[in-house]
Amino acid sequence: MHALLTHPACWLTLTLLAYLVGLSMHKRCQRSAWSHPLIIAVALLLPLLWLSGISYPQYFDSARPIHLLLAPATVALAVPLYANLAHARSMLKPLLIALVVGGLCGITSALLIGQLFGLPREALLSLAPKSVTTPIAMALSGQLGGNVSLSAAVVIVTGVIGALSASPLMRWLGIRDEAMQGFAIGLSSHGIGMTRAFQISTRVGAFSGLGMSLNGIFTSLVLPLLMMVWPL
Amino acid sequence: MSNTSTPPSPPEGPTTDQVLTGFAILLACWLLGEVVSTLLPFALPGAVAGMLLLLAFCLIRRHVPKPIEAAGRGLLDHLSLLFVPAAVGLIDQGPLLSVHGPGLLATLVLSTGITMAITALTLKWLLGRRKAED
Repeated sequence: MHALLTHPACWLTLTLLAYLVGLSMHKRCQRSAWSHPLIIAVALLLPLLWLSGISYPQYFDSARPIHLLLAPATVALAVPLYANLAHARSMLKPLLIALVVGGLCGITSALLIGQLFGLPREALLSLAPKSVTTPIAMALSGQLGGNVSLSAAVVIVTGVIGALSASPLMRWLGIRDEAMQGFAIGLSSHGIGMTRAFQISTRVGAFSGLGMSLNGIFTSLVLPLLMMVWPL
Repeated sequence: MSNTSTPPSPPEGPTTDQVLTGFAILLACWLLGEVVSTLLPFALPGAVAGMLLLLAFCLIRRHVPKPIEAAGRGLLDHLSLLFVPAAVGLIDQGPLLSVHGPGLLATLVLSTGITMAITALTLKWLLGRRKAED
């Protein structure tokens, strides 16, 4: 039994199966943000690991081929980034100003509020890139000395919070313009927010893709610089 | 599926050759990004540097080469799957989460809400001003 549980194919298979189950449950829940396939996959795998007594490093050894694809996938984000930038032409200047304000707000509010709650340094570094798309956030967090696993979780939860709060928040603020809504949703809550934005309308979705893309670029350039001077 | 017989209609999707070529380009961009990131004075991850290089290339060429688009779609369609091995590492974060879990969650809720609101209000102010000038 132990030989089977430590075989390289074992956790590779279980990881893929857990994701497929998550995917089908996500579809069954009308693609609601809280039923994100990653949340379901992790919720299925954690008890399995715990019951089998397999340590995380042992699991990771088996699942490594999947993790390895994350880097080329991050490079491939250039394709949707390029497509999304086409939407920016009509109102480039206001969008860029909103990007700087919103992007800085995403980083600094997480750091300041986190410090207020007394979070340890490693958690703060994992939180700082929380508004950008998961692969970029994980890469940044790992590079800055944060915890990559914690970052993955924190970014997904951020996306879910953004997706669930987007409509009520926009109504409360009295913002009806679809471009404004979409840009703010994508900038603050990346791909999961974008999925929600596309459910509101195609235009909200397109601008959320733009907000997500621009903040991914902005944060990956600014966060490493900011962390050189931020007192932690 | 032999290559000798002529297909009845031209294939619509990308060929596996194209996907492989695109994948090789993505990996090469990653490597190039790693080289660039060692030369930079700040901590830009290699994969992110590779992404920015590829984006710059597409912006200069004004289109995305088909092999890259084909390989990219294959990877990005199920991007969430690629986070699973890292996210399972939460299993070792129990001590942190039991102490700081509520603080973490509160930080995420507040920071995400503030970021979304500030971004939307900034745009509203800027675009409202632009309309007033017109």
